[in-house]
Parts: sequence; C-alpha cells; structure tokens
Amino acid sequence: MNAVNASGWRPQMGEAGEGAGFKTASGDYGLMLEEALSFELGSSEKCGVDLDKPSRPAAAGLSKFLRKSAPALPGLTEPETVRHYTRLSRQNYAIDLGPFPLGSCTMKHNPRLNEKMARLPGFADVHPLQPQKTVEGALEVIEQLADWLITLTGMASVAMSPKAGAHGELCGLLCIRAALDARGEKRDVVLVPESAHGTNPATAAFAGFKVQSIPATPEGRVDVEALKAKLGPNVAGVMITNPNTCGLFEPEMKAIGDAVHAAGGYVYCDGANFNAIVGKVRPGDLGVDAMHINLHKTFSTPHGGGGPGAGPVVLSEALAPFAPLPFVSRGEDGRVHLVEEENAGEGHAQAFGRMVAFHGQMGMFTRALTYILSHGADGLRQVAEDAVLNANYVLRSCEDLLPAPFAKSGPCMHEALFSDAGLAEGFSTLDIAKGLIDEGFHPMTVYFPLVVKGAMLVEPTETESKAGLDRFIGSLRSLAQRAKDGDQSLHSAPHFAPRRRLDETLAARKPVLVWQGTPGEPGTPSLSEIGGS
Amino acid sequence: MRYLPLTPADRAEMLGVIGADTVDDLFVDVPAEARLSGPIEGLPAHASEMAVERHMSALAAKNLSAGTAPFFIGAGAYRHHVPASVDHLIQRGEFLTAYTPYQPEIAQGTLQVLFEFQTQVARLFGTDIANASMYDGSTACWEAILMASRITRKDRAVLSSGLHPHYAEVVRTMAKFTEDDIVSLRAQLVPQADDAAVIAAIDDKTSCVVVQYPDVMGRIPDLAAIADAAHAKGALLIAVVTEPVALGMIEAPGALGADIVVGEGQSIGVGLQFGGPYLGLFGCREKFVRQMPGRLCGQTVDAEGKRGFVLTLSTREQHIRREKATSNICTNSGLCALAFSIHLTLLGGEGLAQLAAVNHDKAQAMIERLAKVPGVKVLNDAYFNEATLVLPRDAREVVRELADRKVLGGVSLGRLFPEESDLHNGLLVTATETVTDEDIETFARELEGVLA
Repeated sequence: MNAVNASGWRPQMGEAGEGAGFKTASGDYGLMLEEALSFELGSSEKCGVDLDKPSRPAAAGLSKFLRKSAPALPGLTEPETVRHYTRLSRQNYAIDLGPFPLGSCTMKHNPRLNEKMARLPGFADVHPLQPQKTVEGALEVIEQLADWLITLTGMASVAMSPKAGAHGELCGLLCIRAALDARGEKRDVVLVPESAHGTNPATAAFAGFKVQSIPATPEGRVDVEALKAKLGPNVAGVMITNPNTCGLFEPEMKAIGDAVHAAGGYVYCDGANFNAIVGKVRPGDLGVDAMHINLHKTFSTPHGGGGPGAGPVVLSEALAPFAPLPFVSRGEDGRVHLVEEENAGEGHAQAFGRMVAFHGQMGMFTRALTYILSHGADGLRQVAEDAVLNANYVLRSCEDLLPAPFAKSGPCMHEALFSDAGLAEGFSTLDIAKGLIDEGFHPMTVYFPLVVKGAMLVEPTETESKAGLDRFIGSLRSLAQRAKDGDQSLHSAPHFAPRRRLDETLAARKPVLVWQGTPGEPGTPSLSEIGGS
Repeated sequence: MRYLPLTPADRAEMLGVIGADTVDDLFVDVPAEARLSGPIEGLPAHASEMAVERHMSALAAKNLSAGTAPFFIGAGAYRHHVPASVDHLIQRGEFLTAYTPYQPEIAQGTLQVLFEFQTQVARLFGTDIANASMYDGSTACWEAILMASRITRKDRAVLSSGLHPHYAEVVRTMAKFTEDDIVSLRAQLVPQADDAAVIAAIDDKTSCVVVQYPDVMGRIPDLAAIADAAHAKGALLIAVVTEPVALGMIEAPGALGADIVVGEGQSIGVGLQFGGPYLGLFGCREKFVRQMPGRLCGQTVDAEGKRGFVLTLSTREQHIRREKATSNICTNSGLCALAFSIHLTLLGGEGLAQLAAVNHDKAQAMIERLAKVPGVKVLNDAYFNEATLVLPRDAREVVRELADRKVLGGVSLGRLFPEESDLHNGLLVTATETVTDEDIETFARELEGVLA
C-alpha cells in the first residue's frame, strides 16, 4: 500500500497518519488480503473430495487410450479451497456492496428467492434428455415465462433457446435470413445506427450481412431521413436499440418500422434497455419484428462476473414460423410439449435450425420467472417508472457540473448520459471513473456510446434508494469539481482499491494467459510476486 | 413491493428536483397511442415470497429429478456429485452479483479466477492456452470451425459421425448462413469410432475435421492418427470433449495432436439444470491466439509493480472491432467457469484421475450386468463412462417404458438421430460415480421386464 503518487497528493489511508509507509511481514494489511494463485498454493498430494476406490482395473479396450500421468493440476483441501475463493471474492466490487451504475448493463439487485427456486432439485437436477413426461414441470416453466415475455412485449411468439444477448441478436437476424430465403429474396445489407452496441454490427456480420451505418441526429436519435434514404431492395432490415444507447426513447420507432416494412425489410430491436419500458409500452405496438430480452438485465438473473446470460427473442407473426428448435408449445390437450427435430415436421417445418445443444438457459428461466411472479404486472410497471425516475434524478442533479449533451431534448429514460467536455486540460472521463472507485462506487459505462465525446453513461436502476443515489451524486459532483479544478491526484486514482491502475498495454504486448509454473512443483510464491512488500 | 426502495415521498421529492409533475411526464417521448395507461390486463399482480415459492415448488415437483430415480442418462450432460462448498462459494455476492471485469482494479477476484480457469482448461486439454469460456460446448464447436477457416483460409469442415447430433445440427444451422461447406458423415451401429471414414474425407479443401472424444456412442477415436492425416493436408484437428471427467483417464487431446480443443464443462461443478446454463471450454495452440473467439484474461502488473490481471487482446472482440470481430460473443459463462474451477481445484489432477477411474469402474459394472439381459448386446470395443447397447426393438419406446417404471434408463439413439432408422435400436447408457450397485440391479431388472 505504498500509495504516494507523483503529484504528491497523499491518500488518507496508511500514509498520512502514524505508521505511514509501514510494511507488514505478510503483505496483507488488516482486511486487505492478498491471495496467491491456486497453482501456487496447491499440491498434487492434496484433494478436497473423498472418493471411492475403483474395484477393478480399466477395461482392456481402454488400455491403449490411457494417459500416462494425471493432469498437472494441483489440488486443495476444502478449508484451503473455501479460504482461497473467499479471499479472492473480497477483491471484487458487486451490487451487493453498492451501486453498480453501468449504463446499458442494468445492474439491479438480484433477489435471493430466485437463487433458492433455481436450486430446487426438480429444476436443478433434471437432465435435458429425460423422457418428456418426467419433465413436464420444467417445460411448464419455459412455457409460462414465454407467455409473460410475449404478453409484456405484445409479440406473437418467442424463441427461448439463445444463451445471451448477442446470441439472441444472432437468432433474430437468422430468422430474418430464413424469412427472406422463404420469400426467395437475397437482401444482404443490415442498417445499424452508429450509436449501437458493438455486438449489433458484429452479429450482423456473423450472420452473413453487410453492415451500413446510420448517423445520429444532434439530439441523439436515429436520423430517420438518412435511414429512409438507405432503404431499398438490398436491405434486409435495421437493428435499432430502443431506448437507445444515449438513454433516449426513439419517438419515430413506428415510422421507422413502417418505412422498413414498406421497403420489404424487417425491424430488429436490441432489447438490452427493456428495463426502461417494461409494462409501459409494448415493442409489438411499435412495429418490431424481433427483439432479444436480456434476462440477466431486465429480469435480474445474476451477471456472475460475466455470465451466464440468457437472450430469448420475441418475434412478430412474420418471423415466428422460422424460430429455431427446440421450443415448447402448449397442445390442444392443454399439456406442454417439447418440439425438437424428431417431431418438428408436423407444424414447424420452417424452423431455421438449432442454435444450442439443449433447451437454453433453464437455470435463468426459473430465476426470471420467479422475479416476474414476484413483481407481477403492477410491480414490473413500477420497475420501469422507478428506473426512469432514478436516472432523471441523477441527470438533473449533475447536469450543472457535467455537460449532459441530450438533456435539453427532454427527459432521459433509464440512463443518464454525460460528457467530459469542460474538464480541466488533460482531464477526462477515465479520471472520474477511477475516482469513483476510490469513493466506493463502481464506475459508470465509459466512452460509450461513441457518438459522445468522453461519454459517461449512468444507469442507476430501480433498486437504488434515494439516500444511496444522493451519496453517489455527492461523489460524482465532487469528482467533477476536482477534475474541473485540475486535481492531479485523480490521474493516479484509484488509490484505495486492491490494485492501482493496471498495465493493459503490457498484458496485450506479451500475453501471459496461463500460469507458467512447473507442474507438480507449486513451490512458495515470493511476496513480491503476489503483491506483498 | 419488497424490491423497490423508493417511498412515495421519495418519488414526489425527486419529481420536484427533476421538474416533472408526474412520472408519466418522463415518458413523453413514447407516442401517446403506444403508452399503456395501467398494468397489462390479464396478468397477475405482485406476490409474496411465500406465494411465489409455492407456485415454483409445485412446478418443480412435477419433474422426476435425477436424484430420486436410478439414473443412467448422459449424451453430453452428466450427473456428477458437486461438493457443497462449490455452490456455497459461487453464491458469494462478490462473485454472483459482479459484472464482467471491465474495471480491473476492483475485479481482481473474478479476473484471477479466470486466469486460474484458463490454466486449468489448458492443462486438462493439453493445449497451450484456453479462453475465459463460451456459452456451451455446441457453440464453442461452431466457433472453433470458424476459427479454423480463418487460420487455414479454407472453408470445408468434416464432421465425424460421432459428433453429438445436436452439436452437428448447430454447426449445419450456422453454416447455412455463412455458406461454409460442411461434410457430415453418416453414423452407424458399429463397435469402433469412424476414424477411417474421417481420414478418407479429408482433402486439400478441408479446413478442419471435428472429432468428438469419446464420441456420442461412447466409443473412443484414435485422435493421433486423425491429426496426422489432417495435418498432411493442411487441415486442423478440432477435438470435442463433452465429458471432461474422461480426461482424468484418457490422454489429453492436445497431447495427441489436436490443434483446437473445445468442450462442455458442465460435468465439472455445474450440474444438470435441464440443459443450461452450461460452460463452453475452448483451448488451442498459442500461435492461434489472435484468431481465438471470446474473452481472454492475461497477467500484468499495476502501477506499483504488483501482479494483477486484466481482460486482454480485446482488439479481437466485438466492442472494439464491431463488424470485423472474430466473434459476436459478449456475455459468456463466468459463474459456471467459477464453479468448474472450484470443483477442479478441490479435485486436483490426482483427484480427477481417481474420479475418472471410479466412473469407469461403475460403467464396467453396469455394462457387465446389462449384457446379461436377454436380447441386449453391447456395441463398444472401448468406452469410458458411457456405452451403446443394441436392443431387440426401438429404444425410444423402451426408454419411455423404463420411465413408467421410474428408471431413467439412458438416451435412445432414435431421439438423437431421428432420421437414421438403422440406429433406432441403439440405447446410450451412462454410469457416473453417483450410480449405486442397487441402481444397476434395478435398471437391469426393469429392462428385463420391459424387453420380456
């Protein structure tokens, strides 16, 4: 914790008072605990699982395939394992610790009832290939969630199997490809606004389309005239995010949809920001043909440090016949059936194929359905209203200090967008973001959307209290003021995190992606290696 | 509403700060005709924890869970015992409720776990490197084929007939749209994997051959021979591992010459969960790193010289490269990777080897007993923890009748290969360490009853 920096600004912990510069023998400082790699801690003689002994040798048929020695993976006993991961966990920021206002990520509270329900053995301990009559409850969960998603969006059907948002985008675009193929048309261009999330153009390219960019207006919306000018017989469709990545609703959505449909194309809506409008407006009423829903955003399945997500795609009448296998369907007998390759021919011969090995993210479905049932139709509407209220409160509480480029055009939706224009020379968004870490907050989304200089996109979500928001606003205002005043100490923030700024250039120039130590000889790590003095 | 902290007084005060009369004033950009005036009709209102728990528990109770019946199903998803500490640790809020580690100074926990995970996967697969995970085995398999096309600049992939048919279907679905050329070999009820057919299908236009190890019928292909044949024609070998516990016992694919190894990590730490979320594993040779899809975690130092970890080589990824990215994957399977990594840390290499040996032991006991059931033949020359039986009639009916007798007795090849009537008498049966001798005896007895 030698946190003296070049500017001479002295952080108030461990440096300023008595004991400044003190180094412990362990390299740990109170509850600030360093942790070596499991490979440095473990040994091949240790195991945290008591296993039976096999009663017979390997079958003769297997002998020529046997490996010569066990994999070079050190083991740890249970107490050592629990300690290793618990110590590591304490180096993470999380929603459970405070606001996590990442724009477009919808980091809201994860109710623990969802976790409990997903772990019921009837959901957690069933195999995807069990006979259907032994999994009727699981199929009903999928069907009930599908029904909610269809109703909340006003669409005709939903493909449940995509594994995450980008996978859902792919599903939607493949439905469009399949629909065009069925019409016998070759249309190879997809229009994507320049403000779109990077997955949109990546997905369009992955699905075999050429991407053409549409500019934004000075008000932060899709330039509808520019979009219309690009429509034509080669355009398969558009991908629009609504509410968009500037945190604004696209008021011309219906007109865009009408124009695209008139030109023979389809409308894909990126539903990453559905949290702003759930229960307030149905995308199906705005001419959308396909929209993925990130269950790990709007419906609060946990992000888990980067997944798993789930990205069901709601579809219009026009695209519904092309949805991939497998899916569930309620038959005339009132029972829920699984439709897969074996029986698809009967009523779903146009399915474009299969995107995943099994039925999608069942563990996320149980959590999302639990969340939805807990909130109900009234609670979900309140979610959108509170999310939008919280974002506007942040917007109006900071706009005098941080420029909000689109604030004049009216209220924002669920996220507030600021720019770093007007800070002192040499200060930027990065300084404010890293300063927020020292203040005990996770930074907002930074430098996105690309259409705003030094963008800071703040999405508080509805699960932040007013008192919590006031604390966050206080910190953000303080940082904005320090950056305007040219407080050099911001350049070296964070000072109080488990690590100072990390050298990302070094990581990319000489990639070290796996531990390079000697297998079976873990040895003792040196203190300097693991971060001690 | 228990999840919403704003009070009516808070809302009124905040609207005052904003300068709006009502919350609806904040939705003015939504066209009035599309704005809903109240909660959507026909949907229930919010409910207490108790009421929701009752509803969900009733649905769960309609399923026959694996732990309550003799259970012999595998085919790409495996029931292994998961130590209690795994599920406890992944529910630490700092892991569960964190985002993708884009701010590395306050995400070292997740990042170090990913670095350890990448090392574990690489060592298990015998590859130089591995990424921070994919959605599942099937999507990892398709991404590997795309990667092989980028590397070899050829676009014809040969799929072994032993590749899980759902994986093959994912590949064929995606290839329809990318116009890659996929050669699918036809599965047959024979004792050995289709190595000879795979080798015969490789030509100068082949970018890669995709071989599952052990294959979907439990047979074990000779990867070294296939690797040699592929390399001789400038093609890559992609090995697909759907049961990574097998690698505690049989040689790592990378050590046998596989250039890219992908797999399904569900079987270590993750649990069945009716098919998802699962965990795509992806390893390859170091020289291919810049063609690799997915997130990568790398080691570096911080401003004080302390070791730390960051997401790296993101110039391959969609948020930087947009339409030129190697893949569109964004969110992956972080928490499942954590579960996998914890379970594998508990086991260690020696523990994994012993777990594998116990699995193989149980499978031998199962096969020996089932072979005595009249009318049943064992197909495989070699197997790890699952093998194919040939029954005297369509195994789909047999599986359903076994379920009526509360035995989850394997997966019929007819369900996996509905188009291939030659295979319909095949039954894939699996035994892991969770199977008891009594389970095996019950299975055998009920199978006798069904076939009688």
